[in-house]
Amino acid sequence: MIETRKLNVQPTLSRPDDFYNALVEMHRELSEEQSRLANAKLILLLANQIGDEETLEEALKIAAEGLNKPTVF
Amino acid sequence: MLQTHQNPVYEYVHSADQDSPTPVHHPVIVVGAGPIGMAAGLDACTQGIPAVILDDNNTVSIGSRAVCYAKRALEILDRLGCGQRMVDKGITWNLGKVFFRDDLVYTFNLLPEADHHRPAFINLQQYYLEEYMVDRIRQAEQLELRWKSRVTAVEEKEDRVEIRVETPDGEYHLTCDYLIVADGANSGIRKMMGLESSGQVFQDRFLIADVVMETDFPPERWFWFDPPFHQGGSTLLHRQADNVWRIDFQLGWDADPEEEKKPENVIPRLKAMLGEETEFALEWTSVYTFQCRRMERFRHGRLFFVGDAAHQVSPFGARGANSGFQDTDNLLWKLKLVLDGKAPERLLDSYDAERVAAADENLLNSTRSTDFITPKSEMSGTFRDATLLLAEEYPFARGLVNSGRLSLPAVYRDSPLNTSDEASFDGRMTPGTPSTDAPVNEGDWWLQLIANNRFNGLYFPQETDGGLGDRELTTLSTLVERAEVPLDIRVVGAAPRLELPAGIHPVADSKGVLKARFDGRPGTFYLFRPDQHIAARWRGLDREKIETALQRATGRI
Repeated sequence: MIETRKLNVQPTLSRPDDFYNALVEMHRELSEEQSRLANAKLILLLANQIGDEETLEEALKIAAEGLNKPTVF
Repeated sequence: MLQTHQNPVYEYVHSADQDSPTPVHHPVIVVGAGPIGMAAGLDACTQGIPAVILDDNNTVSIGSRAVCYAKRALEILDRLGCGQRMVDKGITWNLGKVFFRDDLVYTFNLLPEADHHRPAFINLQQYYLEEYMVDRIRQAEQLELRWKSRVTAVEEKEDRVEIRVETPDGEYHLTCDYLIVADGANSGIRKMMGLESSGQVFQDRFLIADVVMETDFPPERWFWFDPPFHQGGSTLLHRQADNVWRIDFQLGWDADPEEEKKPENVIPRLKAMLGEETEFALEWTSVYTFQCRRMERFRHGRLFFVGDAAHQVSPFGARGANSGFQDTDNLLWKLKLVLDGKAPERLLDSYDAERVAAADENLLNSTRSTDFITPKSEMSGTFRDATLLLAEEYPFARGLVNSGRLSLPAVYRDSPLNTSDEASFDGRMTPGTPSTDAPVNEGDWWLQLIANNRFNGLYFPQETDGGLGDRELTTLSTLVERAEVPLDIRVVGAAPRLELPAGIHPVADSKGVLKARFDGRPGTFYLFRPDQHIAARWRGLDREKIETALQRATGRI
């Protein structure tokens, strides 16, 4: 587990099931390639909303944690 | 192919140095008469250092090659006496457009601010620049350019460098205090000295086509990602002088360079892009690959490597030639002070510290642009496309689009020559930054005033009614008198009627631009190096602090 300083890893969504469903739903009619593109757009939109490099670096580290490569960015 | 330009052939001239029984000595010898080598020679001349430039060829650049010259390069060329001809002949542009597939994604303006003498960029074929520089060298005294003179040996001795020069009528030897190596990306001297430039080779090929056409396209930089006329690749369009247009197609690594540059293969690509009905003539084609690499150090004893010999970047961002001019801009004033015994030899180490850091910044930027333009993985390509798709309608994504981060001058943030701020200032003019410009006096420009190859002070006096207090005047005149290096001081708003001592000049800031750009509250003093970079600044006039900063900026402490 990675300790975070800026990134909030406690729950914040009031209706988590709704969001999760919407996320999966977004991909339902999309091809693999379209889904990859939609995910990439989503990440860029959310990163801009967060607007803080340090927070994003922490998120990047957690996202890649344990995935067959050293978590060095 | 059509020719809008005839390369001059410069005559080989036998030098009296060749008949001397012992090697003739010159303070500075420059190897290579490309733009950066000639800038080194002209800068030496401007500083008052006698110099010789040697080149193994006898003409200017074959083909247009480096075509984008940035504001800072023009300002440096102004100091060397070639800036105006560049701007007069060149195509001034500030606007860039980025397209993705069929759509315009966004438009950017590189110089959104008024009140600068020089534009953000001009485009001009490299051969014109070189011709202007040759003309300037011919007018210069104590500066010689010797064609058909190849350096075949370099030997560093304790107090000088000895070189062997091969010419059409035999070999001869020369010695110099300092050798400036400007012999390009495949530097022969670098190899001769057993030195390396290391980095990354990019697995991609690009086709350059220079095309002559009469068209009403505006003078803007147009960049396409994956356009319908060249699917899967990128394309760049730039206007040069004489109705010549530079078109650059990304071909991919598997392309055959010899086949691709044949007119029968280039013309269909151009017709797809320009339309069947557009009339054009092909002037020059070339297929290139590129590397991003640099030498570990740019100073090796009495040898100084500049330009592509020292560092090489991808063409995206126009950071090659533009950064080379900043190398010689940085080096020559230092050589002058050391040759005159006014600064210790270790000042020359700051060339290495400052320009290596600048090269790293250019390498980082150009590598990132390359990665965006030619994604190295499928996911990298997905993010690239996602960014471009968003950028058309959502402004935030435009900042992520990278079709080349266009050359900006390096800020020597961590230079040992800087004196740190003690107070806070608004704006961008931090120590290590090249001075910004401003309109001053009647039709002058600030950067022209301080293009005098001296240290310069800028003082915003306590009183803003044109007067100067006795204590201020004493401090300023003592500074100028006692300075161990040439120093001029300009006092903002000082009334012309004031009798000012030698070296102290009034400067009128009628539009208030100087005051705004330097956050010039009363009492503020800036110290500029001869290359116009800021060495130090204060909120009050303190002679001792200024003298200490001058010592630091000249490597004496």
